[in-house]
Amino acid sequence: MKIQAMIEEKENTAMNIIKKGKGELFTDPDPDYARTFFQKKSRKMVNKSMTLTKAIETFVHDGEYLALGGFGANRTPVAACHEILRQGRKNMGFAGHTATHDFEILCAGEVFDRVDAGYIVGLEARGLSPCARRYMQTGKVKVTEWTNYSLSARLRAGAMGVPFVPTRNLLGTDTFEYSASMIIECPYTGKKLALQPALYPDVAVIHVHESDVYGNVRVRGILKSDNDLARAAKRVIVTCERLITNEEIRRNPTETTFPYFLVDAVCEVPYGGYPGTMAYEYFSDEEHLREWLKVEEDPVAFKEFLQRNIYDCKDHHEYINKNGGMEKMLQLRTIEHLLHKEGRR
Amino acid sequence: MTKSYNAMELMICVAARELEDGSTLAVGTGAPCAAAMLAQKLNSPNLAIMFEAGSINPQLPEMPISVGDSRAGHKAVMVSTMGAIMETCQRGYVDYTFLGGAQIDMYGNLNSTLIGGNHQKPKVRLPGSGGANDFGSFCWKMMVLTVQDARRFVEKCEFITTPGWLQGGNSRYEAGLPEGTGPYKVFTNMAVMDFEPESKRMRIMSINPGYSIKDVQDNCGFELLQAPQINETAPPTETELKILREEVDPHRYVIGR
Repeated sequence: MKIQAMIEEKENTAMNIIKKGKGELFTDPDPDYARTFFQKKSRKMVNKSMTLTKAIETFVHDGEYLALGGFGANRTPVAACHEILRQGRKNMGFAGHTATHDFEILCAGEVFDRVDAGYIVGLEARGLSPCARRYMQTGKVKVTEWTNYSLSARLRAGAMGVPFVPTRNLLGTDTFEYSASMIIECPYTGKKLALQPALYPDVAVIHVHESDVYGNVRVRGILKSDNDLARAAKRVIVTCERLITNEEIRRNPTETTFPYFLVDAVCEVPYGGYPGTMAYEYFSDEEHLREWLKVEEDPVAFKEFLQRNIYDCKDHHEYINKNGGMEKMLQLRTIEHLLHKEGRR
Repeated sequence: MTKSYNAMELMICVAARELEDGSTLAVGTGAPCAAAMLAQKLNSPNLAIMFEAGSINPQLPEMPISVGDSRAGHKAVMVSTMGAIMETCQRGYVDYTFLGGAQIDMYGNLNSTLIGGNHQKPKVRLPGSGGANDFGSFCWKMMVLTVQDARRFVEKCEFITTPGWLQGGNSRYEAGLPEGTGPYKVFTNMAVMDFEPESKRMRIMSINPGYSIKDVQDNCGFELLQAPQINETAPPTETELKILREEVDPHRYVIGR
């Protein structure tokens, strides 16, 4: 009864906007704009397997808004980041949603000029990327501040097909002031809520464990926001450790993380998350990640490093071969499975 | 006087004592994670750790490098999503969080976004909120573990990334943050601080062995209040140090800093 009385008391009041953040909203949160796109997208369950080169050529364009799957340097589509640099994409928008090594690579290629910042520039316990810091301190990049949860919630709103979801973070902070959120008074309770506008990225790249050629995908371990990212993005490129049969997908549909009709391209890229971690497959190459951070301190040496490790490489396998090849991959598998603790040499 | 432990070991041991058995904790990598692991191995085997990348109540075999890596999810009861973890905090299920930052002010507000310049062209760009604003908004008790340094303990944060008690008094709840949440304690190499209940200003609770109130104040960029009674912090015990060094951080990733 008490709740009913409160609702009645408030029913004639329009939703009250208390405050607006001054950050720029880089993408359109209108669900009808997204629906128009999704309406036209093919639902056919057809073979979408292709090379990563072809997928990036076809689905990632200059000026568009890009989002990547994975968390930090875990299950990150590193191979795709390298290919984006090789193809010289520019002026993109980017979702810095727990972006670490991927952010470091994209900064090296100056791929984006606007970023939604949840977590950027750092590599968690490993320290800050000198290259990413330099790029972000040039003043050339427009930044709108968010939090990790804000970006999760924005992708959730996109996946739900609504213009925003309300949350209780951001309140009272400069993070809000430099965001594109709004604080409103809740029409039910009168409480202050921060609105997280839907994020519909133009294109997402998500690295996964397994997929069939149609794009029915299996992810193991933490998901971060990739379930919602796949649903909110207009185009989705999947890179997978291995292709599996559609029969295997249908044998155990409980394991499917997201279905084929969301996916535009499927690229089989074993070790596609190297030098990051891929849960249950291989651990991160900490030595090589440290080498990145160290060499970035000297811009000239870093340019040569990028030339050798990205621009002169035909594909991800060439990069891996330059950095220890199969022997290194075996070491990283050993570390991932803690087999060194059981005496594997 | 020679001490048989370093500053980092002291901070971790003292902070670990706060985490009682059966409670829940949202935490990042580094020293806070070491404190959580130590607490689990000492007095709080049923302390449930949650990492923002999605893992719930893992059994950490060693210190994770990333909160999303395989160690952070090792033998978890569930690996879920970031939304699921953050919303568990937002619903009021998470008791503690440990946060840090480049700057902390007298109300426990934290800056991890930028230093110097302006927002468009900062002198030093830092990672931003990550999950800090979320944890600091939602978890019941926010704690900070950091080195006592006047450049870090500043009169006013250049950028409030994560809410503490905001402008003090009742300002945190007036801003709409959930009732009952807020900064709880700050652990440094020199002292343990809490927040005076009315003004919400930081105050000295206890002084670590070998330091004085003057040392703490000299290494703080604002005037600290003092609790009615200031004790000496109990130093790390032999058991705490042994487990910390041998089981929690044998490679000295954190305690070697």
